[in-house]
Parts: sequence; structure tokens; C-alpha cells
Amino acid sequence: MSKKNLKRLDLIFKNEFDTEAILAKTLVRSHDEIINDLISSGLKGRGGAGFPTGLKWKLTADNPGDEKYVICNADEGEPGTFKDREILSSVPHKVLAGMAVCAKIIGAKKGFIYLRGEYKFLVPELNKILDEFHALLDKLDLAFRVAIFLGSGAYICGEESALFESMEGKRGEPRNKPPFPAQKGYKNMPTVINNVETLAHTYSIFKYGPEKFRDLGVKDSRGSKVFSVSGDTPIPGIYELEFGMTLQKFVDDFGDGDAKAVQVGGASGFCVPRKKFSKTVIGYQGKLTGVSLPTGGSMMIFNSSRSMYNVLHNYLDFFVEESCGQCTPCRVGTQQLLLGVEAVKKGEKPSSYLDKLLDLAETMRITAKCGLGQSVANSFSSIVENFREEMIY
Amino acid sequence: MSEVKQMVKELANQYGRSNESLLPILQGIVTKELHISEEAMIEVARELDMSAAQVYGTATFYSFLDTRPTGKYVIRVCKTITCMMHGKNQIIRELENLLKIRLGETTHDGVFTLLETNCLGQCHKGPAMLINELPFTELTPEKVRKIIIEYRNREISAN
Ligand SMILES: Cc1cc2nc3c(=O)[nH]c(=O)nc-3n(C[C@H](O)[C@H](O)[C@H](O)COP(=O)(O)O)c2cc1C
Ligand code: SF4
Ligand code: FES
Repeated sequence: MSKKNLKRLDLIFKNEFDTEAILAKTLVRSHDEIINDLISSGLKGRGGAGFPTGLKWKLTADNPGDEKYVICNADEGEPGTFKDREILSSVPHKVLAGMAVCAKIIGAKKGFIYLRGEYKFLVPELNKILDEFHALLDKLDLAFRVAIFLGSGAYICGEESALFESMEGKRGEPRNKPPFPAQKGYKNMPTVINNVETLAHTYSIFKYGPEKFRDLGVKDSRGSKVFSVSGDTPIPGIYELEFGMTLQKFVDDFGDGDAKAVQVGGASGFCVPRKKFSKTVIGYQGKLTGVSLPTGGSMMIFNSSRSMYNVLHNYLDFFVEESCGQCTPCRVGTQQLLLGVEAVKKGEKPSSYLDKLLDLAETMRITAKCGLGQSVANSFSSIVENFREEMIY
Repeated sequence: MSEVKQMVKELANQYGRSNESLLPILQGIVTKELHISEEAMIEVARELDMSAAQVYGTATFYSFLDTRPTGKYVIRVCKTITCMMHGKNQIIRELENLLKIRLGETTHDGVFTLLETNCLGQCHKGPAMLINELPFTELTPEKVRKIIIEYRNREISAN
């Protein structure tokens, strides 16, 4: 049974009915003050890349543009991630309040929630909440409106520039970077795009101040983090925990006693084998001791009954289907990795062929156009290197 | 005016005629017609004053924008890792038996289409599936049987 070593936090999901008071208090503060609070809180993006949120807002505020936009990224397509849906359904007002303050700072009149098509069932309830929220904004005299933009079943549209393309009626194909969204985002205008959870955290910072947030976590990874826990666990679900825990502590709490690996950060994240649990710390790569892993919060636990070949095969299948096909390293690379591991498993290729595939994955990391193709190597290399025998026999 | 023409016009009136209206309009067509026909694509291009190639390019990119005819209810079973670990193959087999079709096919009466899809964001409650936009989670073969019977009964009383 779960041992509960790790402290469970209740910052994000605590239902607080004070949106009006918090917004009224925050909207009268100077933009610099708010941005400084966000920066000193240490809040970093929870969508995976971990960019400092205060800095993102500041850069976008400083860039000139006829129109600017705030977009909440609710595309949540990473396998093993389901926290954003829960945040949007249980504390949507926190997310919206974060968007409104951001809008005031950067000078945006319009915002969007890019909601994945798989979550269409949330739309009626969200629209009701938006109506209430807009009435509140009118009362507070802030000219800002939020609309829902629905996706249509494409994981790549969670990548920010693909998301803009998609909103502009095009195929969800990532753009070259730079320019970054702070310079040219939606409709080529300066745009803040933040993950659902990131926006919800800004609310806690407005309410409690930056210190309370900063006191949580370690070193470069501040605050709490919402984790989506699934796989071989007696208690799958959504948990708010502090950054900086070792994977061993995590597995002690959430595993079924027989965990042989944990996939941290979804299919595009890393697979950590049992022998590295105690040396691996969950947080952004920074000055942590041991190996640290950034994560969008997906934690999938595999016990010893699982074939890691099947796990890898499933991920590769996913990448082959979800690659937008725009650049060759990723379009062809994902297919070749899949065919390659199948050939080794069937004995059609020698086991040394795995090394060629590892090289290919590394080449993709360097040459692919966007984060999808670049991060295939994360799971591929960590599974093949740590579970090589399972790939062969 | 043909029916398709009329429908596209209404959707354009509702969502606008800019590039940003394209995805909502295509989604609207799927909701109304179950799939986006070539005729509808050409009509959208005309109505929004863009090339039919752009409409086609966009429509074929997104997995939820069906460009081939589907049944009234599209069942999408999650095939990603945690649902696979928790028995999605059994769920698919049960659905194939119940509906007497294979994965990718539509029942003769045009009521159900059976597809697989990637992670639905319900991994803690796998196996999971969508029927049109509604999620069903923690599936077992018995649960799937009940759901299908319910949908069939609904069909019978609607006709
Ligand atoms: C393939 C791919 C998929 C992504 N999917 C998501 C997603 O579903 N949700 C999300 O918030 N960010 C996603 N991101 C990250 C976004 O590009 C972007 O960094 C993020 O929305 C920024 O918000 P944040 O700073 O609050 O994290 C994805 C990135 C890549 C490369
Ligand atoms: S890396 Fe893959 S998903 Fe990204 S642009 Fe290239 S083909 Fe598309
Ligand atoms: S793996 Fe099936 S819902 Fe996520």
C-alpha cells in the first residue's frame, strides 16, 4: 500500500472563491511589480520546456504589436498526462484570472483556450464559466475576452507554433524558431502562450505572494507540480507534490512494490530503470544533485511483468503517427526506428544494429525541426540502453 | 442551392470567413455530415475565398476531421501505452464481436465506426474510449456491452 512519504500539497486544486478580490487587488498593481513577483517566485512553464513565466510575459509586453494575444495551451496530448483537464474542470477561474492579468500586462484584448478535440465534452461547462468570467471582467473594467478554440486530434498542435498554424486554419506544422511567440505568435503578433497549470500557478502567486511559492521545491525548480500518475500503480490519479523528490521516494509512494522502470515526462520523456531511482531527482535540469529530469508531469510506472520492447514499440507507433511529416529526419527517422527495432526483435538484423538506431535517434535530436522529432531520442535511447536484452530476446 | 452549399454558408455565417474560421467550419461539417466530402471542401474554399488545396491540406491533417464516410457514432479506443497495459486489446475484440466489424470499418446500418486513437488524457482510468465526443473510462468487456446496447436502443427509439 502507499506509504505517503511525500507531502501532498493542496495549492492548485484548493477551491477558492475569491477571484474577484484577487483580480481587483492584482490589476491595480504596476506591471513591473507583478512581473517581478512572477520572476522572483521562480515559476517556470509547466508545459514541458520550463521557460521562466515572468520573463515570457515581460518579453511579450516589451515587443510592439497592433494586437497581442494570450493563449492557454490545453492541448495536453503527451501520453500519460491528464492533469490539465482536471485543472480546467475543477479550478478554471484560476487559469482565467492568470490569463486576464497577463492580458493587462502585455496589452491583449483577446485570449484563447486551445482545447484538444478529445476534451470537447468540457466545452458546454467552460462556456458557462467564460460567460460568468466576462461579466466579472466588465465589472473590473478590463476589456478582455477569452474564446475556446477546439483542436481536432493532432498531438503536434501542442507545440506552440504548430498551435498557431492550426488556429490560422493551416496544417499543424511547426514553424522555424526564432522568431519566438513573444515576437511573432498567433497571426504573427506578440503572443504569450502558457500551459494550463502554469496559468493556475500565477493565481497562487498573485494571492499568496512569491515567497510562499518559492519556499516550495528546490534550487532551480520552485513551487509545486501537478503529476499525472498512471501505469502499474494501485493509486493512479492526479497529485500535487513538491519538486525535488527522488524517483525512489516517488516509487515508494506510488509503485505497486515491483516497479522496474518509470517513464518520466511521457513518450517524449525519459525512461529511468530501477537501479537509477535513488539518484534521479524530479525537477528542471539545473543545479540539482544527481540526474534531474524536467517533466510535464507524466509519470508512468512499469512493473517487472511489462515488456519494455512493447513499451518502446508503442511509443514509436505514436511518434510515427503524430509526426507532422514536414521534416525528413523526423518523418523518415521515426519510421526507421520502428522498423529497426522490429527487425532486431525478429532476428532479421543483428543486435549491433541497435547501435546504428541509437545514432539515428541522436541525429534526429540534432537535425529535426521541432521538439517532437528532437525528443524521440529521449525515450528511445533511455529504453534501448537500459533494457537492451529485452530489445533482442 | 444544394444542401451542402446551404450548410457551408450557414457555418460561414456562424464562424466567419477568415482563415481562422477554417478549422471551426470543418469541425462543424463533421458534426453535421459525419465527414467532409470533396464537394464540401470545394464549397468551403469558395465561401472563404481560399484555394481548395488549402482546405484539402488542412482537412486531411487532423485525425478527427474524417474525410471518408463514417457511422453516426464514431468509437475511438485509446491504444496508447497505459490503456494497452490495462487491456485495450480485449476491449477492441469485444467491440469487434458486438458490432461484427473489424477495426477501421463501419457497421452495415451506418450506425457505428470503430477506430483506434492515441492517448485520450484518461490514462489513470484506462482502458478508455470516446464515442463521438463523450469519454468512457475504466472499460471492461461487460461495460462495453452495456454501452453498445444503450446506443442501439437509442437508435431504435429514434427511428
Ligand atoms: C510536440 C510537442 C507537444 C507539446 N504539447 C504541449 C501541450 O500539449 N501542452 C503544453 O502546455 N505544452 C506543450 N508543448 C510545449 C509548448 O510548445 C510550449 O512550450 C508551452 O505551451 C509553453 O507554456 P509554458 O511556458 O507555460 O510551459 C509541446 C511541445 C512539443 C514540442
Ligand atoms: S520534427 Fe517531426 S513533428 Fe517536428 S516539424 Fe519535423 S516532422 Fe514535424
Ligand atoms: S493512454 Fe489511454 S488515455 Fe492515455
